[in-house]
Amino acid sequence: MEIIKTDTKIDFMRYRKVALIISAIVLLAGVTALVGRGLNFGLDFTGGTLIEVGYPEAPELADVREALVQDGFDDFTVQTFGTARDIVVRIPVGEVDETGADLSTRVLEALQRQTPDIDMRRVEFVGPQIGQELAEQGGLALLYALIGILLYVSFRFQWRFAVGAVGALVHDVLLVVGLLALFQVNFDLTVVAAILAVIGYSLNDTIVVYDRMRENFRVKRKGTPEELCNLSINQMLGRTIMTSLTTLMVLMALFYFGGEIIHAFAFTLIIGVIVGTYSSIYIAGSLALFMGVSKQDLMPVEKEGADQPDTEVLPERFRNREA
Amino acid sequence: MNRSPRWKYVLLIIVILAGIIYALPNIFGDDPAVQVSSLRGFELEQELAAEVERVLEAEGLEYIHVEFDPQRLMVRFDNTDRQLRAADVLRDELGEEYVVALNLAPATPRWLGMFGAEPMVLGLDLQGGVHFLMQVDMDSAREQHLERYVSDLRNVLRDAGIRYRSVRVDRNAVVVELRSAEDRDNAMQVIEREVEELVLESRDASNTFNVRGTIDEEYLEELQQTALRQNITTLRNRVNELGVSEPIIQQQGSERIVVQLPGVQDTAEAKRVLGATATIEYRAVDEQNDPYEAQRTGRIPPGSRLYFHRNGEPLLLSREVIASGDNLIGAAAGFDQQTGQPNVVVTLDGTGARRMLDHTSQNVGNRMAVVFIEHRPETEIVDGEEVHTTRRVEEVISAAVTREPFGRRFQTTGLGSSTEAAQLSMLLRAGALAAPMQIIEERTVGPSLGQDNIDQGFRSVIIGFALVLVVMAVYYKVFGLVANLALTTNLVLIVALLSMLGATLTLPGIAGIVLTVGMAVDANVLIFERIREELRNGNTPQAAIRAGYEKAFSTIADANVTTLIAAIVLFMFGTGPIKGFAVTLSLGIVTSMFTAILGTRAVVGLIYGGRKRVKALAI
Repeated sequence: MEIIKTDTKIDFMRYRKVALIISAIVLLAGVTALVGRGLNFGLDFTGGTLIEVGYPEAPELADVREALVQDGFDDFTVQTFGTARDIVVRIPVGEVDETGADLSTRVLEALQRQTPDIDMRRVEFVGPQIGQELAEQGGLALLYALIGILLYVSFRFQWRFAVGAVGALVHDVLLVVGLLALFQVNFDLTVVAAILAVIGYSLNDTIVVYDRMRENFRVKRKGTPEELCNLSINQMLGRTIMTSLTTLMVLMALFYFGGEIIHAFAFTLIIGVIVGTYSSIYIAGSLALFMGVSKQDLMPVEKEGADQPDTEVLPERFRNREA
Repeated sequence: MNRSPRWKYVLLIIVILAGIIYALPNIFGDDPAVQVSSLRGFELEQELAAEVERVLEAEGLEYIHVEFDPQRLMVRFDNTDRQLRAADVLRDELGEEYVVALNLAPATPRWLGMFGAEPMVLGLDLQGGVHFLMQVDMDSAREQHLERYVSDLRNVLRDAGIRYRSVRVDRNAVVVELRSAEDRDNAMQVIEREVEELVLESRDASNTFNVRGTIDEEYLEELQQTALRQNITTLRNRVNELGVSEPIIQQQGSERIVVQLPGVQDTAEAKRVLGATATIEYRAVDEQNDPYEAQRTGRIPPGSRLYFHRNGEPLLLSREVIASGDNLIGAAAGFDQQTGQPNVVVTLDGTGARRMLDHTSQNVGNRMAVVFIEHRPETEIVDGEEVHTTRRVEEVISAAVTREPFGRRFQTTGLGSSTEAAQLSMLLRAGALAAPMQIIEERTVGPSLGQDNIDQGFRSVIIGFALVLVVMAVYYKVFGLVANLALTTNLVLIVALLSMLGATLTLPGIAGIVLTVGMAVDANVLIFERIREELRNGNTPQAAIRAGYEKAFSTIADANVTTLIAAIVLFMFGTGPIKGFAVTLSLGIVTSMFTAILGTRAVVGLIYGGRKRVKALAI
C-alpha cells in the first residue's frame, strides 16, 4: 500500500515564493500576537501559587470565589481544569508578604471549610526569583540548541545548509511561539521542553531532505539546483509524510488521553510537527537555494567521503551480479 | 546473502534478553510494607528484627517476611489493611526512638533480584508527594553574624582595656569608633588577633578614629556551607519524624536544598515539621539533691528542674541557662589528640564564651548537661478528627564533668564510641542557630492526581503504540511487522535502561516515551522507503534491501544526532521533570537507532536473506 506515490513529481520549488509569502503572513500574525497579547506565561515563569482541588461534584465557581474572598483573599483567579469538578486557584506573586508555601495551606483550609471532602490534587508555588531563573535557563537552552545544531550541520554538510537549517528552525520556533501567543496557551516549562523537541523533530526532517539533496547534487550529472532540490523533496515525500503521520498519531493520543497537565505540551508538539514538516519541505530547501547552494559546494568530497561510498556505482554493481 | 554476520545475531539476542530481564521487574508491582528506621539515624540492631516478628505474631498479624538492613527494616504484607494495622501496632510497641513508616516494597521475584534488576523509580508527579526547594537566607545569616561581632568586639576591647565610643553594625560591616589614633591602632591589633575572620581597615573622620571590619569572603563562603550542612542535618532529623519512607534531602548549588517527600500529602504538616525549630541549652547539674527522689516524690528543689537523660536516667538541672543554641558557632566530632578517644569540639561565640568561662571557673569537678529541645508536631485523633499539636520535647543528650575552666572552645570526651560522638555533634549542630531558610518553590502532587497521571500516561503510551503498530503493518506489510517487532523491542529497551540507570520516571518522561514511539519508526520508514525506491529503479529485491539499508544509514545517523543534540541541551538546562523528558527522549533515540539499523536488518535477513531467488518483497 502506498498513500503517497514515491515517484511524485510535484514542482515544490515553483511555489516557493507563495510559500514564503504564506510563511511571512503567519509569522507576522504570530509576532503581532506575541507583541500585542504576549505569551500567557505560566506559573513557572511568573512565580505565584497554584492550587488544584478535586471536588466530589462540580461546584459553582462563584461559591469557590466567595469562600476565598471571605478568607481575605482578593487577588486570585478561579478556573476549572479539565473537568468541571477540578478547580484551579491561581494567586499571583506580590502584595501578600507571607511566603507562597503558607499561602497554599491557607487557601486549602479556606476551601475545606466550605466543602470538607475536597481532594488536594496539586499545589505549586514558585518564588519570583525561581521564575526568573527558569525563564533564563529556558532561553539559554533554546540558544545553545540552535548553536549546537548550526555547528553540527556546518560540519556534516556545508555552511549554506547550516544557515538554511537554522533559518528553518528559527522560522519554526517563531511560528510555534506566535501561535501559542495567538491561542494564549499556558506557557510553562513543559512547553519549553516541547519547543526543544520541535527543534529536534523539525531538524530531523530538514536533515533528511538535505541529505538527499547532497546525494543528488553529487550523483546527478544534469539538473539545476532548483530541479535537484525538487527531486530530493519528492523522493523523501513518502517518508516525510509517513513519519509525521505516526508522530502526529502518538501526539494525538497524548493530547486526548494524557490528561490536562500534558495538554499544552502535546498541543505545542502537534503544531510544531505540522510546522516542522512544512518547513522542511519549503523553508529549508528554499533557504539553501536562496543562499546559492551549487554543485561546486558539494562536489569536492570533503570531510564525509567515507560515509558515501561510491553512491553512483552501487546499484549498477548489484544489478549486474544478480542478472 | 543478506544474512547479517553471526555476531550480530548473538549481540541482538544478548541485548534483547538483558532488556527483558531489566524491564521485567516493572510488571510485578509492589507489596505494601512497613519500614522501621532509627529516628536519629543510628544503625539498627539485629535483635530488632526478632522484636518486630514477636510483636506482629503476638497481634496475630500475618506478614510475608522481614528484611533486615542496618539502615532500615522492612516488613512486607499481602494487603494494605494488615500493613496499616501493623504500622499502628509497631509505632506503639517500638517506642519513640524508631520511625515507623508506610512504604511500598517492589515485589520483584528473587531470581530477577539476582541480576540486580529493579523497577523504575516513580517521580513525585506519579506517586504523589511533596517537593520543596529551600534557600538559605544568607543576608540574614550575615546580619546575625555581624550582630554577634558587635558583642564580641565589645568584650575583646573591654578585656584589652581599650576605651571605645561605640561598636555598631553599618550596612555589611561592624564599625568601632575610638577616641584616638593610638587607641585605634591598639584596637586593630587586638581585634586582628582575637577575631581572625574580620578584614579590618581604618577609617578616620575629622575627630573620630574608626575601625571598619567586614567578614572575610572566604570565611563567609565557609559560613554558607556550614549553614547549609547544618540545615540539611536539621531537616534530616525533622523529616525522620514525619515517617517518610524514602525522603530525599540534597544540596543544590551553593545555597539551596531540595527536599522531596514521596507519599506525603499533608503539606501543611510537612511545612510545620520542616519549619520547626530545635535548640540546645547548657545547664549546670544540681549535684546537691537526689534526682531519683525528686522523680519519686515529685518534690523538685527550688532553683532546679527535673530532666531525663536519653538513657532514661533522671537529672536535676539548674534553672539558669549558661549558653544556648544561639551562642553555638560550631560542633565537630573528632578524636582527642592526647588520648585518641572520640570527642566533640564545641565553639561558642563571645557572649557564650564569657558566661561559660564564668561558670566553669567556679564549677570544676561538677557536671554540666546539654539539653536538646525540640518542638515536635503531633497528630492525634480526637473524636474522629485529626488534631494537630506541637509538643515541646526536652531531653538531656550529654552530662559531663568539667575538668578545667574553659570558654570559647572546649571538648567533650568520655563518649562511648565515635558514632556516639558523631551523633552528639549532629544534635548540637541541629540545635544551633542556623541561617534561616525559605521555601522558594513547592510542588505537591496529591495521590489521586498521581494515580491519574500514571493511568493517563500509560493509556496514551498504549494507544499511541497500538496506532503506530497498525499503520506500520498495513503500510509496509511484512516489513511493517518487522518494524513493529523493532518498535516493541525499543519500548522494552527504554524501560530496561531507565530501570538500570535508576532514572526517575515522570509524566514528561512518559511523554518522551510516547514521542519516541512515534519518532522511532522514522529510521525504519527511511530504510523501507529507500528499498521501495531501489525496487522501482529496477533493482532485484536482494540488492534493494542491501542498498536500502546502506544508503539510509548516513541519513539516519545525521538526523538522529541532531535530535540528540537538542535532547542533551534539554537535559543540561532542564530542571526536575523536564530532565525526565530529556532522558527518555535521548534513550529512545539511541535504542531506536539500534533496533532499526541492526535489529530489523537481522530479521529481514532471516526472512529474505537465505533465499536464492526472491521474486517480490512484501513492502
